[in-house]
Amino acid sequence: MAKKIRKRINPHTYYRRKSLKISKENILNKVKNLKNTNISVGVNSKSDVMNQFTGQSWVYSDIVKDHFFNPHNLLLKNPKKGDFDSEGEVGSPACGDVMKMWIKIDKKNDKIKNLKWKTFGCASAIAATSMFSVMVTEKGGMKIEKALKIKPQDIIKRLGGLPERKIHCSVLCDKAFCKALNNYFRQSGQAQRIMVLGGKVIDTRLNITDKDIEEAVLEGARTIEDLQKKLKVGAGDKDALPEIEQLLRFYCEKYYGKEK
Amino acid sequence: MKNNQPKRIYLDNAAATSTDPEILQVMLPYFGGVFGNPSALHLDGRVAKNALFESRKKVANILNAEVGEIIFCGSGTESDNLAIFGMGRFYKNRGRHLVSTNIEHHAVLNSLQHLQKKENFTVTMVPVKKNGIISKEEILKNIKPETILISVMYANNEIGTLQPIKEITDIIRKWKKENERGVNDPPFFHTDACQAAGYLDLDVKKLGVDLMTLNGSKIYGPKGVGVLYIRRGIHLEPIIFGGGQEMNLRSGTENLAAVTGFAKALELVQKNKNKENARIKKLQKYFFQQILKNIPRVVVNGDLTNRLPNNVNVSILGIEGEAALLCLDEKGISTSTGSACDSARLEPSHVILALGQSYEYAHGSLRFSMSKYTTKKDIDYTTRILKDVVEKLRKISSIKVGGKENNKLNKKAFLSGGLPHWERKK
Repeated sequence: MAKKIRKRINPHTYYRRKSLKISKENILNKVKNLKNTNISVGVNSKSDVMNQFTGQSWVYSDIVKDHFFNPHNLLLKNPKKGDFDSEGEVGSPACGDVMKMWIKIDKKNDKIKNLKWKTFGCASAIAATSMFSVMVTEKGGMKIEKALKIKPQDIIKRLGGLPERKIHCSVLCDKAFCKALNNYFRQSGQAQRIMVLGGKVIDTRLNITDKDIEEAVLEGARTIEDLQKKLKVGAGDKDALPEIEQLLRFYCEKYYGKEK
Repeated sequence: MKNNQPKRIYLDNAAATSTDPEILQVMLPYFGGVFGNPSALHLDGRVAKNALFESRKKVANILNAEVGEIIFCGSGTESDNLAIFGMGRFYKNRGRHLVSTNIEHHAVLNSLQHLQKKENFTVTMVPVKKNGIISKEEILKNIKPETILISVMYANNEIGTLQPIKEITDIIRKWKKENERGVNDPPFFHTDACQAAGYLDLDVKKLGVDLMTLNGSKIYGPKGVGVLYIRRGIHLEPIIFGGGQEMNLRSGTENLAAVTGFAKALELVQKNKNKENARIKKLQKYFFQQILKNIPRVVVNGDLTNRLPNNVNVSILGIEGEAALLCLDEKGISTSTGSACDSARLEPSHVILALGQSYEYAHGSLRFSMSKYTTKKDIDYTTRILKDVVEKLRKISSIKVGGKENNKLNKKAFLSGGLPHWERKK
């Protein structure tokens, strides 16, 4: 029985009879009037869609977009000898981000005279390096001491924000800058100013360094419990806990700003 | 100003295709007049039920299956999940071993991983060869008496390589015979045919598969609809419980509009398959030639001949995929990349890595997937723009990854000198 009923009814004819106005012509008209039917096939449509929350229209902020498409202070030609005082490079192609920086120092005023860079990396990495170069060289150059105090957080603020997961890999420019400066200090005989970049062992039993903690913070650890889950830190060496807590706070502030 | 907007060229059809207006027409009544619940007994319900039945019949005909073997569900991912969880949980008393490949879609990979982590299964991931194709001998080697499911995708979503499904099912059947197992005894074979549906033969009897996944949004149909073919005689444990719709396997009121749209879409792509294949294969060849001719230091990912005719996947060395993608987008071209920067978890594409390529290759990979709307003009425009973009980004880039020297993983690259963060979490 049921099978018979099933076969008899055709939705199109049935509803036409009931004057619900689902006729083929009607549907065709509706389809023609639908504005969206053509978009995906590739007729004129804008590439940018407004974000209803931020009012911005790209994956990143407009400042990032500007710096990505028109990078500032990009090194275009291979530098001649004497053009720059030193250079520094961080990252690896395997990671997906490599940054190289060339700096020229104004020795009289202890200022950055010129800074050029090259970056292999995604849009945010290119924009972040470009922004850093602008920050350091604008208004006649920054004092070295001041430039060294620029944190990733400051660069991100100037960029109008970056997605949190991007901060980790994109903002390497301060590290490249440190390296370049260290090279400069070494060459100019200012050994006392060289900064130590290597990791410091915090938990001696498990051999955990401050870099491990930094990385854990970048991967999302915000509390000491998160850290312990991730690194088993403090499990071996109870005395290290206060220092770990301090480091945690330091890195959280460095990358994500002070808590409100 | 508005008229000067460049035409968009959509080359990301492996992610989602545009809905064919013809299919939209078929779907429209179900957003309006036909609204009854197919489970209801009254006339409105019966009208809906009839439409559902017709769609099911259409799909069954195309797959050379019976009407009762087709299950409609919410997406390709859901279909994969139902196949793997359903199979694993129902047949767990017969064994707890599953076999798959290392280039599967995440819908399969993560389901398997969950079973391994939480439900005490063991999973063997068979690695593919350098050209992205699995060898049937490798699969056979890994079949154990306690194996209950073997899942191999029909065509890969990233590099488009085609797997020898027929040969694998033959070899499994032979194994079953030797081990005195019936047709309805495990191990069973599941294939994810989402990407293949538009271009390949889907006859389940010829392919010899026990379970097959299809998806609407890859064949110019609607999103939010998938199909699981379940050969008669195979049982699954449901993962969604409720009113017992879809033979008790996928409860929840049927999405009638999507289901009818899906059936129509499958009918259309399969009807035009041969003609479209011939056309798009020529385009693909031309696209590859243009890229390799115009851009230096490019590596093709995956086998050149044994691949979906709409897929072009290359690694452009020395640049980063996300940056290239955004530059192309600005010029009106939509593509996709296997770079870590593009993914939510910051992992480079597991498919490119499975080919034995180093991380640099995955970061620089770009996937162009064409559709029936793609023309030669689009390809010409794309290669021209791509050339400019690559030149610009290589100028910015601080490194030069060569094609010749062997790029081994540099461990020093990662913080604290160990493995990359995505490897360490596992």
